[in-house]
Amino acid sequence: MTDLFSKFDPLIKQREDLLSTGIKDPFSLVMEKVISPTVALCNGKETILLGTYNYMGMTFDPDVLAAGKKALDEFGAGTTGSRVLNGTYSPHRDCEEALKEFYGMDHAMVFSTGYQANLGIISTMASKEDYIILDIDSHASIYDGCALGNAQIVPFRHNDVDALEKRLKRLPPEAGKLVVLEGVYSMLGDIAPLKEMITIAKAHGAMVLVDEAHSMGFIGPKGRGVAEDQGVLDQVDFVIGTFSKSVGTVGGFCVSNHPKFEVLRLVCRPYVFTASLPPSVVATAATSIRKLMHAGDKRAHLWENSRKLHKGLKDLGFQLGTETPQSAIISVIMPDLERGAAMWEALLDHGVYVNLARPPATPAGMTLLRCSLCAEHSSEQVDDIIGRFKAAGAVAGVLG
Amino acid sequence: MDRAATAEKIAELIEPFNKKGVAVTEATTFAGDLEWDSLTVMDFVASIEDEFDIIITMNMQAEIENVGQLVDTVISVQDN
Repeated sequence: MTDLFSKFDPLIKQREDLLSTGIKDPFSLVMEKVISPTVALCNGKETILLGTYNYMGMTFDPDVLAAGKKALDEFGAGTTGSRVLNGTYSPHRDCEEALKEFYGMDHAMVFSTGYQANLGIISTMASKEDYIILDIDSHASIYDGCALGNAQIVPFRHNDVDALEKRLKRLPPEAGKLVVLEGVYSMLGDIAPLKEMITIAKAHGAMVLVDEAHSMGFIGPKGRGVAEDQGVLDQVDFVIGTFSKSVGTVGGFCVSNHPKFEVLRLVCRPYVFTASLPPSVVATAATSIRKLMHAGDKRAHLWENSRKLHKGLKDLGFQLGTETPQSAIISVIMPDLERGAAMWEALLDHGVYVNLARPPATPAGMTLLRCSLCAEHSSEQVDDIIGRFKAAGAVAGVLG
Repeated sequence: MDRAATAEKIAELIEPFNKKGVAVTEATTFAGDLEWDSLTVMDFVASIEDEFDIIITMNMQAEIENVGQLVDTVISVQDN
């Protein structure tokens, strides 16, 4: 008998080799107590959270918590059903209304996770004779959406406007085309030139989907994302987003102005064949989304934090994913996995939690320490973080 | 362009990416013999696409393991 697990042997060995050097397992951290959006107890130690995507710090917002508790009492712990059967309660509809208000769009569909929103919309929209043109650094959920469907997949070099245009020109003019882009690419924290790309996509008759998971709530005058910031939101056919970052809970969505959008509720399998979100979750999301519409001051403070951390780490001599701060993600490039893991552990010992990201999730085989800032990080906390990076960098031998 | 000419052009385009100096035949595999990672594959596919003014979708790429199969694919895409 062939052991079906043997395909994982190289990964098992890499992991064992890494742990045998005495390093803590970076992928099995447990938070024993969460004190606030920016602080938790990890291994009994008070730790600054710098890797949670909790950009707007809504997880402990009193109004958000109250809405969730009320819905929990009034509607129970869960729906035990699909959105199209017994799983749509009034809080689900209200959450979709909140999204329509937030984006100023006609339609909104809530999925159980952001992953499922991409999986569902992409696999359903493009069929065998259609083309999906996507950035090579797209998120796993976008690739999995492609794999679940059967469209023709055409990748282009990351953020390369000319590469996108060349490919669109070579495709049959009459074929259905969906161009898939992200506002912020979460590994390096860089943003896409959406304005140029969307103009080109439209000139070639393509529909456009933009995943704004890492920009919602923060980027753009009203926090609608990079497309809003670059003045092209009205040309985006589908915005995909998540509740598990700025919104502060869990869930995913798609908003659109397409007049036939509602038919997707009947044909989109990752929407139909799964249970809907618990009513308490959609109630917290709706409250959070409506508060994010008026969060200009928090957005301004988060930008300050992002600029401060970027400059501080750059001045210390760390190599960063972007030349300038472009989002709430500051990515620190590590020389290799071993030193990346050592630096991750040293940071944790100094009371800072960041994400360790490694291939295949990262582009070009890089090992990254991904820092995501929060609007609730104080300026003093950011100063503190920079100081602890300096100390940890010396311990891990990453800073020269 | 006949098959031999297409194969010759493709062999030429492989060389800048042939860091190990492998002797390339139609049986040479991209992952096994040339040991290309996904980034190299992307750059190489882009150079083929630009040279022949075609698109090689990821669906097609998944079926291509060796140089001979790539030559066949390029010819069949051009014919369409």
